[in-house]
Amino acid sequence: MRVPMERKVLNENDRLAADLRQGFERHGTWCVNLISSPGSGKTMLLERTLASFELDRKVAVLTGDIQTDNDAQRLARYGFPVRQITTGGACHLDARMVTTALAEWKPEEIDLLLIENVGNLVCPTSYDLGEEARVVLLSVTEGEDKPLKYPATFHRADVVVLTKIDLLPYVPFKMDLAREYIKRVQPHAQILEVSCTSGAGMDIWRQWIDAKAAVAKAC
Amino acid sequence: MHEMSIAGSMLEAVRAEAARHNAHVMAVGLKIGELSGVDVDSLRFCFETLVQDTDLAPLALSIEPLPWRNRCRQCARDFAVVDYQTDCPHCGSAETELASGKELEFAYMEIEET
Repeated sequence: MRVPMERKVLNENDRLAADLRQGFERHGTWCVNLISSPGSGKTMLLERTLASFELDRKVAVLTGDIQTDNDAQRLARYGFPVRQITTGGACHLDARMVTTALAEWKPEEIDLLLIENVGNLVCPTSYDLGEEARVVLLSVTEGEDKPLKYPATFHRADVVVLTKIDLLPYVPFKMDLAREYIKRVQPHAQILEVSCTSGAGMDIWRQWIDAKAAVAKAC
Repeated sequence: MHEMSIAGSMLEAVRAEAARHNAHVMAVGLKIGELSGVDVDSLRFCFETLVQDTDLAPLALSIEPLPWRNRCRQCARDFAVVDYQTDCPHCGSAETELASGKELEFAYMEIEET
């Protein structure tokens, strides 16, 4: 006998993510999920971002890796609460890991939650973490056709940050082509260009975060 | 290889449904969109690996791949997106939005009452 089964495969993850999202909204927390290949500069972007915040700002960071707490150690230097999620093999963060990692923090003490996903351009795609914005990083040392190769990931991006732009004179990366490919996969994605080394573009990235976090706080 | 996690979630759901219907599940049907981020062959492999030698075996898996389709906000028609061409082929508008392709959903189960 055939019975209909109309539910999502990741129903349980989606349910937990919806709970997280509801909690974030209730406490005026704005949550960002950063996704990229390994080595595109997620941790570096977070380091520069944290360094630019006033110390009384209510910011917290979750950082996911398969092994080691190296990233948490790097990020903890800036004076904000940081927690490492070590997945022990899993190639992505899921909503349960985020829920567990947040359990010891007071939600009302976080206005901005930055989640650095495991470095992987495929697997984190399917897992909603309750975030309000999904940011995908693409560094100029990668191929500019990454959006076409990983459309599922780029299609879900609210913002694409092109990183390491100080290296543009030394690499064959074609910025106009990269922008065109991103737009093809996700016409509504906002595209930012930054260099964490020179600081170029960091002000616009910060403005974007500040504007979004201010709206979340006011709601 | 998040397909292993996804296959694990599928089996949890199948077990729950089997218990709810008090039945043995013979087959499960899935819909997987082109933009789901899931590789169909990999998922099938992981699913079969997890099922074998368990009380769920034999459990057949049928996958319906769904192509990426957009809908035009101007003329309200929908169309298949081929080669990332998201402009409406009917009226030329660039104002189109996703109609299907992100699915990672169950469709049905074949059950046999125990």
